[in-house]
Amino acid sequence: MRAPQATRRPHYLWAAAASIGMLTLGGPVAAPQPDPLGEKTGGEATVFATGRNAFSFPAANLTDEERTRFVIGNSFFRRNWVEAPASTKARDGLGPHFIARSCGGCHVQDGRGEPPEIFNRLGETKDPTVALLIRLSIPGTDAHGGPKHEPVYGDQFNNAAVQGVKPEGRVTLRYDTIKGQFADGTPYALHKPVYGFADLGYGPMHPEVMVSPRIAPQIIGVGLLEAIAEEDILANAADQAKAPGPIKGVPNRVWDAPSGTMMLGRFGWKGNVATIAHQTGGAFQGDMGITSKHFPRETCTPTQKDCLAAPSGKSGADGVEIDDKTFNDVVFYQATLAPPARRTPKDPQVLRGQALFAQAQCATCHRPSYVTKAGPFPALTSQALNGQRIHPYTDMLLHDMGERLADGRPDFGASGRQWKTPPLWGTGLIKDVNGHTRLLHDGRARGVLEAILWHGGEAEEAKDQVLKMKKADRDALVKFVESL
Amino acid sequence: MRTNLFQATAIGALLAACTLAPLATAQVAQPAAAQQPAQGINANAVAAQYAALVHANYEDTLAAARTLQAAVQAFTAKPSVETLAEARKQWLAAREFYGQTEAFRFYGGPIDNDNGPEGRINAWPMDESFVDSVEGKPNAGLVNNRKFAITKKSLAAQNERGGEENIATGWHAIEFFLWGQDLSETGPGNRNFEDFVDGKGKNADRRRQYLNVVTELLIDDLASLVKAWAPDAKNNYRSKFVKGGQESVRKIFVGLGSLSRGELAGERLEVALNSQDQEDEHSCFSDNTHRDAVTNALGIRNVWLGEYKRADGSVVKGASLRDLVAAKDAQLADKTMQQIAASVAAAEAIQAPFDREIIGGKDAPGRQRIQKTIDSLTQQSKDLVAAANAVGITKLTLVQP
Repeated sequence: MRAPQATRRPHYLWAAAASIGMLTLGGPVAAPQPDPLGEKTGGEATVFATGRNAFSFPAANLTDEERTRFVIGNSFFRRNWVEAPASTKARDGLGPHFIARSCGGCHVQDGRGEPPEIFNRLGETKDPTVALLIRLSIPGTDAHGGPKHEPVYGDQFNNAAVQGVKPEGRVTLRYDTIKGQFADGTPYALHKPVYGFADLGYGPMHPEVMVSPRIAPQIIGVGLLEAIAEEDILANAADQAKAPGPIKGVPNRVWDAPSGTMMLGRFGWKGNVATIAHQTGGAFQGDMGITSKHFPRETCTPTQKDCLAAPSGKSGADGVEIDDKTFNDVVFYQATLAPPARRTPKDPQVLRGQALFAQAQCATCHRPSYVTKAGPFPALTSQALNGQRIHPYTDMLLHDMGERLADGRPDFGASGRQWKTPPLWGTGLIKDVNGHTRLLHDGRARGVLEAILWHGGEAEEAKDQVLKMKKADRDALVKFVESL
Repeated sequence: MRTNLFQATAIGALLAACTLAPLATAQVAQPAAAQQPAQGINANAVAAQYAALVHANYEDTLAAARTLQAAVQAFTAKPSVETLAEARKQWLAAREFYGQTEAFRFYGGPIDNDNGPEGRINAWPMDESFVDSVEGKPNAGLVNNRKFAITKKSLAAQNERGGEENIATGWHAIEFFLWGQDLSETGPGNRNFEDFVDGKGKNADRRRQYLNVVTELLIDDLASLVKAWAPDAKNNYRSKFVKGGQESVRKIFVGLGSLSRGELAGERLEVALNSQDQEDEHSCFSDNTHRDAVTNALGIRNVWLGEYKRADGSVVKGASLRDLVAAKDAQLADKTMQQIAASVAAAEAIQAPFDREIIGGKDAPGRQRIQKTIDSLTQQSKDLVAAANAVGITKLTLVQP
């Protein structure tokens, strides 16, 4: 048996890169399974799936018992929670304030949310924003070094509420147009969202409020990302620090409630969450108003008297709204959602795009591959995810992405200009699953090419290379990303 | 081997007694036949037969749904105990055919590709209050929101908006209109026809309109599937599928394996068994969940055997997955066949109402019947993986443990 070994550099690009006369550092290494094109994005956990269900399959290599746990977790992931008191004891406790009634309300089909449609020139949206979360804070930090909550509205804006409680208000949204052109003269237009609030339920916000919009991403492969060895991620930062050029990724270190420690941030748009368990507890509490072991209090602020007085769905010995077993099953479910295989890795245009991806330095931050180690909580994941050769295309680090993308809202170690490199696996299937192609932290980019054009800061040089590409090369690059 | 043969014979007899068994008993009773595979069996022949079977099954579903639509129109034109009973009867009848088509899901085909209507047709579980009033919430739902215009387009747009349980369309929305909430321990929902009578049920006019429009949308969606699989069309899904060779066979296997383990054994049986909650029942308003399990299991068997008994009694039959696998590994083909037959038999043994069957401790007979079905389907999914591997297909949603 060959021992799994971590790769610190994107060796798999060598074949493609060589085809356009380029070489990257490093040579082939011993691996669990040779997979030079990264077809099996999640190693043996990969599912060969397309279509509407492409993001909803369990890791292909789970045991029977784990599959059972997966479907039970799934049922709680997608079920609507209802207001307490209700006839169902298992699923009551929604609110008092909330954004969505279920996890699946934002992560539709385990996939990616999109910004709401705009209704009129006032920026009113057709429906309440669901998958687009607005984080709030004011200058300063909380006890753990995280964002300091807006004193009246808390750390996120909740535009829905149970009966008898005021919603916090509405989010408004309009777009400004940013025009530009490629070196070959082809024009492009990006649309930049401008956010606002209306019908504020509890009076004005703090004058120094900072606002950060965040779209719900696809969940596939999060258990594998959690299982990447910390030293591999830190090595990415060390490699980038040593290398010449503007790309200098840094890790975030954040408070993790389930372990009660500061940990390396891996999830959230700013790497502001370390573990799936923390992310899940935070989302249950913040997005649905469901309390759990490590997030035992509703998020009502002292000003929100109606919220504080609302009935609770607490039950059982735990005294919280979702019991430990159910909560753990929901975490396990997400951890074991499989990344789908690449569809057309050998397509000549895709191979060309893959080479260009490396050549334009995209692969420095969007690091193609790792061999996983193990997740932080063995009881909340599957051993089947350990030791897998995966191809997520991320360095898991924070990067300054420039002023145009900046939210101006720090989050633990992340500055107002930094974002975490998101994994690219599944990008080409978002259209299949969710019927749209909206990308970046708030879904502002309409497709892969726009997402690239929004890159700035450390990625300015990489973007400039894309601007200089001729159309056939741009198309190939996009085709490659969509093949992931 | 003897035990298995005996079992298979018993299953055949059982099915013959059932009015809706779509297969000749001989096929199931003689798995030994697999040892002489059809001559010239190949991937394209299997794909072609599959396409014919899929088309026939969707055609029967559409015809049955049209009969349902006529019954819904008669009911909403003149609501009464009798017209409601007839609409319910036709809903149940149509479900017998639709349930079998679920074997055609999970590979991004016409039913669930990026434009596929699956979510509009059969999404569940449903938060009833998203659509209409429920106990304790008399003003809930789209029906009671008079500002909401009820059209096919608007209902389709609302479906799954804001949550996967916000189901506005499809079989289960229609089911909810016909039966209402199931508040009975012994029987299904018992909605009063007066909910649809002006002056009796609040917003009865909108309830009638909603039911008609949502049924029409179901017909449209089913018709699109018939079209996608129609023979002799130049540029539909089928025209490419039948030339797809191994890739088409791979898709067929993905569909069977995913329905066996993830959807039927998992989402529909294990979840309900775990929660013991009626809300986790697939057809919870009509108490028809036991038939959903059987028709799903039959759908898998149909595809495996390349054989489907149509509504008119005729049989569509031809090159099958079983033949293809038997040509490589006759013993494995037999084993898979027996497991698939055992799953159908186990599902047939689940008793109605399903919401009572799931209740109780470890030894509750109903729970054991359901667990037996789950175990058989789980084994079947592994056999299908092995069968796929035997014909050179490994790109699946499951791997061999």
